Amino acid sequence: MSEPTVTRKLMLFFPRCECEKPIIYHLVKDYGLVVNVFRAKVTPEEEGYLVLDVTGTESDIEKALAFVKTFDVKINAAGKGLHWDAGRCTHCGVCLPHCPTEALFYGNPDKREVAFDEDKCIECLACIKVCPFNACSSAF
Amino acid sequence: MKSYEEINRKIAAGDAVVMTAAEVAGYVERKGLEAAAREIDVVTTATFGPMCSSGCFLNFGHSSPRIRMTEAWIQDVPAYAGVAAVDLFIGATQLRHGDPANMNYPGEFAYGGGHVMEDLVSGRELQLFALSYGTDDYPRREVRTYFTINDLNQAIMVNPRNCYQNYNVAVNLSDKTVYSYMGTLLPQARNATYSSAGQLSPLLNDPHYDVIGIGTAIWLAGARGHVYAEGTQHCAIADRNDYGVPSEGAGTMALTADMKQMIPEYVRGVSLRGYGVSLALGVGVPIPVLSPAHLQRACIRDSDIMAPVVDYADDYPENSGRILKHVSYAELKGGGFELNGKEVAAASISSYNKALKIAHRLADEIRRGDFLLAAPLGSLPRESRNRPLKIREAAQ
Ligand code: SF4
Ligand code: SF4
Repeated sequence: MSEPTVTRKLMLFFPRCECEKPIIYHLVKDYGLVVNVFRAKVTPEEEGYLVLDVTGTESDIEKALAFVKTFDVKINAAGKGLHWDAGRCTHCGVCLPHCPTEALFYGNPDKREVAFDEDKCIECLACIKVCPFNACSSAF
Repeated sequence: MKSYEEINRKIAAGDAVVMTAAEVAGYVERKGLEAAAREIDVVTTATFGPMCSSGCFLNFGHSSPRIRMTEAWIQDVPAYAGVAAVDLFIGATQLRHGDPANMNYPGEFAYGGGHVMEDLVSGRELQLFALSYGTDDYPRREVRTYFTINDLNQAIMVNPRNCYQNYNVAVNLSDKTVYSYMGTLLPQARNATYSSAGQLSPLLNDPHYDVIGIGTAIWLAGARGHVYAEGTQHCAIADRNDYGVPSEGAGTMALTADMKQMIPEYVRGVSLRGYGVSLALGVGVPIPVLSPAHLQRACIRDSDIMAPVVDYADDYPENSGRILKHVSYAELKGGGFELNGKEVAAASISSYNKALKIAHRLADEIRRGDFLLAAPLGSLPRESRNRPLKIREAAQ
């Protein structure tokens, strides 16, 4: 019986950009992962950020992560590049029509309380631009 | 009929029956109007949202030697110093010194007057920088110091225009994004924004200004405050439906309260991309149930409140007065409405969640006997109109 595939969202931070190394190519080619890059950025300080979904078997993902760790990189498997601050959010809801994936949604419709589903966020950053209360921010 | 004195006696004794404007309609339907009016003493209304027309007076006390400030900045945001030696006024929509505004269109407007007010109420330390020309009695010509709200003698908020009775629903019919004080409006009416708490909104529960007047005690961001005047642009003459709901903005009120008593959660700086900065505030207004008629009016529901849909690409900036259609708050809160055969997603720039919280907080304060009502000393105008600015080519 073949091992089931899972999808995991990762944020990779390269303190010194290793842009010249084809990391994603190896994830696909050597570990058979399906990769969906949400956002990649190299800052003027030459730091690199990459937020991506990887889909594959648990064991392939583990092996791929071990490979990624051979670079100078910090892997953040829980944290995402987009942070929603529940304390700053006023639950106005003005961001909701701008969020393409309903990652921001009414968690409690009776109270009209907005909630954030990290797994649905594709980091388009639309909410950062439209939120009047600075409740959404990007790690990079 | 009940009097303010009777209601206040019940509040002081901890016996008052209080309900929020969201709960009361259903209750009255079950109990009947007369019986419910005998039982209920106060209905609480509330709103939380951007209220541009806001500012505050701050008194810094005198330094040794003294300064008579002529120009001043708090966290680099210019404050108005033409009040008195050490009294400053800072307004919600004031940009920070050096803000590129819309030079990099659309501007970000990360910090301004509204944020200074948020930081003050949050107890954060702020920088004061002030200049003077120096006089015999006020020789100091410059001061730079750091302070919190606790160092000030007074920090009094004034809101010349709050709690618009009704408000526009903004859409953008053009082909490019419009950045407005109603938020970012996507092309071809892909979204709509609105700004009233609907059935919870204070002046919609007292549409003819029977009980809300000058001197009415209100809850302003947690502080006990008052209505000190009619709000600017108060326009009592408006088309109204059977429930007294005006078809446009109509009534407003001017509010004031002590910022030292305020709760940070309800005083929030606002950054509107491409537009500027502002302040969002929480307001609660108690409506005394003096008679069944007062209760009846407080039973207004979202489905009875119609708001005008206005094109912010053209009609609003040109002040053409054109209204595309009217939609109910029930539709708006339901997620959208139809415009020219297309469904438009509606979202609020004010927070109904916080408005509900405020209505419950105020209700609890009244039940505990901590918030007594104040009978108005005077009424809000019931006949006034709003004048446009006429531009005269030459002096007359
Ligand atoms: S726009 Fe900002 S404050 Fe309003 S619901 Fe969205 S995240 Fe919260
Ligand atoms: S970044 Fe985009 S997808 Fe993620 S919450 Fe914000 S608007 Fe939604």
